[in-house]
Amino acid sequence: MRDFIIPQYPPGDDRDMGTPARSGLPVTISVDGIAVTVPEGTSVMRAAAEAGIMVPKLCASDNMEAFGSCRLCVVEIEGRRGTPASCTTPVVEGMVVHTQSDKLRRMRKGVMELYISDHPLDCLTCAANGDCELQDMAGNVGLRDVRYKAPEDRSLVNHFATRDGAGINALYVPKDESNPYFTYDPAKCIVCSRCVRACEEVQGTFALTIEGRGFDSRVKAGAVSDDFLTSDCVSCGACVQACPTATLQEKSVIELGTPERSVITTCAYCGVGCSFKAELNGDQLVRMVPYKHGKANRGHSCVKGRFAYGYAQHKDRILKPMIRDSIDQPWREVEWAEAIAFAAAKMKGIQEKYGRKSVGVITSSRCTNEETYLVQKLTRAVFRNNNTDTCARVCHSPTGYGLGKTYGTSAGTQDFDSVEAADVVVVIGANPTDGHPVFASRLKKRLRQGAKLIVVDPRRTDIVRSAHIEAQYHLPLKPGTNVAVVTAMAHVIVTEGLFDEDFIRTRCDWDEFQFYVDFVSDPRHAPENVELLTGVPAADLRAAARLYATGGNGAIYYGLGVTEHSQGSTTVIGIANLAMLTGNIGRPGVGVNPLRGQNNVQGSCDMGSFPHELPGYRHVKLPDVRAIFEKAWNCEIDPEPGLRIPNMLDAAVEGTFKGLYCQGEDILQSDPDTKHVSAGLAAMECVIVHDLFLNETANYAHVFLPGSSFLEKDGTFTNAERRINRVRKVMAPRNGYEDWEVTQLLANALGAGWHYTHPRQIMEEIAATTPSFAGVTYEVLEEKGSVQWPCNETVPDGTPLMHVDGFVSGKGHFMVTEYVATDERTGPRFPLLLTTGRILAHYNVGAQTRRTENVAWHPEDVLEINPHDAEFRGVKDGDWVRLASRSGETTLRAVLTDRVAAGVVYTTFHHPATQANVVTTDFSDWATNCPEFKVTAVQVSPSNGPTDWQESYNEQAERSRRILTAAE
Amino acid sequence: MHSHAPAPTEEEIRGVVAPLASLEGPLLPMLHALQETWGFVPQAAVPVLADILNLGRAEVHGVISFYHDFRDHPAGRHVLKICRAEACQSMGANALAESTLQKLGIGWHGTTSNGALTVEPVYCLGMCACAPAAMVDGKVVGRVDDARMDRILAEVGA
Repeated sequence: MRDFIIPQYPPGDDRDMGTPARSGLPVTISVDGIAVTVPEGTSVMRAAAEAGIMVPKLCASDNMEAFGSCRLCVVEIEGRRGTPASCTTPVVEGMVVHTQSDKLRRMRKGVMELYISDHPLDCLTCAANGDCELQDMAGNVGLRDVRYKAPEDRSLVNHFATRDGAGINALYVPKDESNPYFTYDPAKCIVCSRCVRACEEVQGTFALTIEGRGFDSRVKAGAVSDDFLTSDCVSCGACVQACPTATLQEKSVIELGTPERSVITTCAYCGVGCSFKAELNGDQLVRMVPYKHGKANRGHSCVKGRFAYGYAQHKDRILKPMIRDSIDQPWREVEWAEAIAFAAAKMKGIQEKYGRKSVGVITSSRCTNEETYLVQKLTRAVFRNNNTDTCARVCHSPTGYGLGKTYGTSAGTQDFDSVEAADVVVVIGANPTDGHPVFASRLKKRLRQGAKLIVVDPRRTDIVRSAHIEAQYHLPLKPGTNVAVVTAMAHVIVTEGLFDEDFIRTRCDWDEFQFYVDFVSDPRHAPENVELLTGVPAADLRAAARLYATGGNGAIYYGLGVTEHSQGSTTVIGIANLAMLTGNIGRPGVGVNPLRGQNNVQGSCDMGSFPHELPGYRHVKLPDVRAIFEKAWNCEIDPEPGLRIPNMLDAAVEGTFKGLYCQGEDILQSDPDTKHVSAGLAAMECVIVHDLFLNETANYAHVFLPGSSFLEKDGTFTNAERRINRVRKVMAPRNGYEDWEVTQLLANALGAGWHYTHPRQIMEEIAATTPSFAGVTYEVLEEKGSVQWPCNETVPDGTPLMHVDGFVSGKGHFMVTEYVATDERTGPRFPLLLTTGRILAHYNVGAQTRRTENVAWHPEDVLEINPHDAEFRGVKDGDWVRLASRSGETTLRAVLTDRVAAGVVYTTFHHPATQANVVTTDFSDWATNCPEFKVTAVQVSPSNGPTDWQESYNEQAERSRRILTAAE
Repeated sequence: MHSHAPAPTEEEIRGVVAPLASLEGPLLPMLHALQETWGFVPQAAVPVLADILNLGRAEVHGVISFYHDFRDHPAGRHVLKICRAEACQSMGANALAESTLQKLGIGWHGTTSNGALTVEPVYCLGMCACAPAAMVDGKVVGRVDDARMDRILAEVGA
C-alpha cells in the first residue's frame, strides 16, 4: 500500500510491513543490532520492519506473498554467502542481519539506476508525486545519477517516450483510460507484478497478467484485444492500491491532487462493513482507500466502496427541504424550520383525527444505529405506538426469527476471519462475488487453499466456477424448494449416522432432537423422493450432505435466496439444524452466517426497528423490558406490537393508516408488488421522506427532508458479523444537518424535548438500556477500532464467535422443517419461475450506484433466460421482452445464458425504469412477512418497448418530481 | 496454405485441446497441439483454454505471450532461425543475417512474398562450437556461411 506517506500511527500503525504476518513459535533474530522476536516463517524484511527498520523494497507488500523480483531489499546475513533478498528469506533463530553496508548501498543504487533508466523523470507533473514508492526508494538509496547514456544516433531504448528521434517509439503503449475510476499508464510501469499478484492473491479475479518476457514484459488486462473495461477486471481497486508508482492511478487523484489528511470510517454499502480511509484535501474527498486494520475487510475493497462514492456530490441530490399539500402539486423549497413545522403539524393533525395508531415510521438499514434508534424512539415515545418497521423486513427478518428460535440470538455466529479456518463451505441462496465481494475474495482465497465448496442456488453464479475455484457440488434447485433441499440434507446426515451425537447430547435439547429425528428420517424427505420437486439430482445431494457432515470444519453462508421466500424462516431453521446436527457451531471455521444485504441491517434490527421488539430483540409485551425504556424515555410504551410494512400499506388502503415517516428507504422500489405499495402511499395524508434523493417513494410524499450521506455524519454501523464499526464525519453535511439531528428536530417539534448533541450520547442511552450493547461506548470503539456484540461486563472485548461453550438460549433447539410449497405456482399462463438478485456494480435499488460511473458495467436491468426457453418463445439475445406475472408486467432486454436452468429466469432490481418489483407478488414469509422476492411465476414474450404501466409510472414520476425553484 | 484457411471455430479448438485436459500441466501441451494443427495459436483459443482449465483469460495470454515460439498468425511453409547469441555474433552471425534478410527482401519475423520462408532470430541453439548456427524447420545447421545459406534458401524455395 503506497499511501503510507500520510503518517497515520494511532489508531493503528498502517505502515507496509513488506510481507504477510505469520503465526508460529517465536524466533529471535538481530537486525542491525536490534533484537526482535517474530513468529517462525516471518520474513527477514518483516522482522526488520517490526524492529522499526524499513528495508528498501519495490515488489513486496504485506498483503501478498513475497516475490523477490526487485532485488532492492537485499541484506547481508552473517554466516551466509551473498546478499539474499530479505522478503523471501525466512527468519532462523539467532540470525544476525545487516541491512546497511557499502556493498548493499552500491547494489541498491545499481538496481535503482536500472529502474530509473526506463522511467520518465516527470515527477513534478506526475499524479503520484509525493505518493510514489519509486520516488521514495530513489531517495532512500541515495540515487544521484543515472549513468546509462543513449547512443549517439538514437535515444536510449525505453518504454515511456512517445517518439524515438524522428520516428515513433514502438515500445510506447498509450494510457488505458477505459476504466471509469482509474488509468493504466504503461509508461510509468516498473513491472514489479504487484498489481498482478494483488488481483490474484487478494481479489482472486485473475484479470491481469504480465505479457511477454524480458524487456518486453508489460502488465496486461485480459487477452490481446482487451482493455481494463472489457477484461475480467471487477474494478476492486486492489491493483491500484498495490501499484508503487502512478501506473495504476485513481482518476480522482489525477484530477484533485495528492490527499493530505485521512479519516477512518466505514463503507455504507453492503453488510460486509469494510473499513476505509477517506483521504481528503480540506473537505474535498480525494479517494477512499480500504483500511488495512479494518477487521471485516483486512485492507480489501470492492468497486462500490472504493470508487462509487460520487453520488454524495451528484446533482440529483436534494439539499433543501421541500413540502407540498398534495402529491399532484410541484415541490416547494422551504427552510428547515418551515418543513419541520409543516411535517409536525400534519402528523399531529392525523393523530388527532384518526387516532394514535394512524401514523408510523420506517427506519433505514443504511442509516447509523443511533439514527435508527432515534426513529424507533420517535414512534414509541412521541407517537406513542409501535408502528415501526425497517427494510430488514424485506430481506433478513427470517434470519432474526429462525436463529432466535434455534440458538437464542438473531445474528450470525462467526466473524469473517473464521472463513480462513473453514474446510467445507456451503453457500446457500447467496451470490457473494456480486453481493458481498470482499467476503467473496476472502472465501475464494480459502478455496484456493483447498477448502471444499457446496453451492445451493438456482443459478450458476460466479462462485460455482471461476478462475481457480470450482464448487465440488452445485445443487441447482428449483426456486422455492429450499426447505426440501435442506431437510433432505439433514435426512442424509441422520439416516447415514453422520451426526455429531456428543455435540447434540451436551449442547442441544435431546428430546427435541428425538422428535426431529423422527420427522427427518421419514423416507419422504429422502433426496430420491424430493428430486422431482427440487430438480436436484439425489446423488449430488447425498454427496454434498456427506461432505458437509464429514469434511472437517463446515461453515454455512446464506443470503436473501434463503430468506425471501414464503418459507424463509423455515429454511433458516433448517440451516441452523444442519449446523447443530454436525456440531459445526462455536469454534473458528464453522457456524451459520447470514450475509446481510445492507450496511446496517444487523444494526437496524438490533436497535428495535421491528414493531414487536424493543432494542436488543426484547418483546414489547414484556413489562420488565418496557419498564427499562419507560424509565429512560419518561413515557408509557404501548404493550401491543405495531404494524409491519405490509400491514401499514394494507391499513393505508383501508383508510386507517395516514401518516408515515420514512427514513432512507425507497419502499416503492424495494418492496414487492409495486402497485400495492403505490396505492398504499397514495392513500396517506402525510408521507415524510427523508433521503438523499427524490426517490421513487418521494413521488408520493408531502414532505421531503434532505438526508446526509455516510461521509457527513458520526455514528456506528453494525455489519453481518455483529461488528460495530465507527462511521466518522469526514465533511460537514451538505444539507445542513446529520440525519439524527433531523429526526430530533421533528421529534422536538412534536414536543419530545430531546437534547442530544452528539451520537455518542445516543449510544450511551443504547448501552444503558440494552444488555448486549452495555459495554459499547465511543471510547471503546476508538480504542479497539470495532467490537462485536454482545459486548458487556462479562465480555468487554466483544464476541467474535457466538455459542462457544453453550447456546445463548441454553440448549440448542431442533425444530421440524416441513416443506410447504408456496402458493405462487407456475401454470399454463405463467410457466416460468422468476428469481431476482443483484449485480456487483450496483447496490439495492441503485439510488446511489446509478448516480456513479458504475453504470459503465450495468446500465440497465436485463432478464437472464435459458436459450432453450428463449428459442421456444422466439426471443433472441438483446431483444426487448415483456415479463408478466399475476401482479403486473414490465419490459426489459433479454440475455440468453445457461447460467439459469430451463424454466427459470432471473433479473436484478437496480433500475426504476424496469421496476422488476411490479412483477413480484405479495406472498411473504409465514413468520415474518418477508416478501417472496425469489419466486414469481411469470411468462416472457417478445415485446416492442415499455409497457403501459412503465409509461404511466414514468409520467407520474416526472410530474411529481417537479420543483418550484423560487418560493413565492 | 494456412494463411488462407478459415479461422478455426470454438468447436474445432475444443476438439483439439479437450483430449489433453487430463494431463498434468495441460496448458503447454494444448498450446503445442493448437500450433501443430493450425500453425499458430488462434486468439479464439484463449477463452476456450481459460474455460477448460478454469484460468483467467489474462493468465492464458500471459503464457502464450511468454513463449516467442507460439505464433499469433501462421508462418511461411518453412521457418529459418538464425542464432544471434554472443558466440555466433562473434563469428559473423550479424552480417550473415543482414545479407540473408536483404536477399529475401524481408525483416526479422517476416515471410517471403511467395509464402515459402519465415526468418526469425533465436538466442543460442547450443551450437556455439559450430558458430554461426541456424535452424531450418527444426533441424540445426552449423558453420553457416553465405554459400551454405544460399543452398538452404534454394532448398526451401525462397
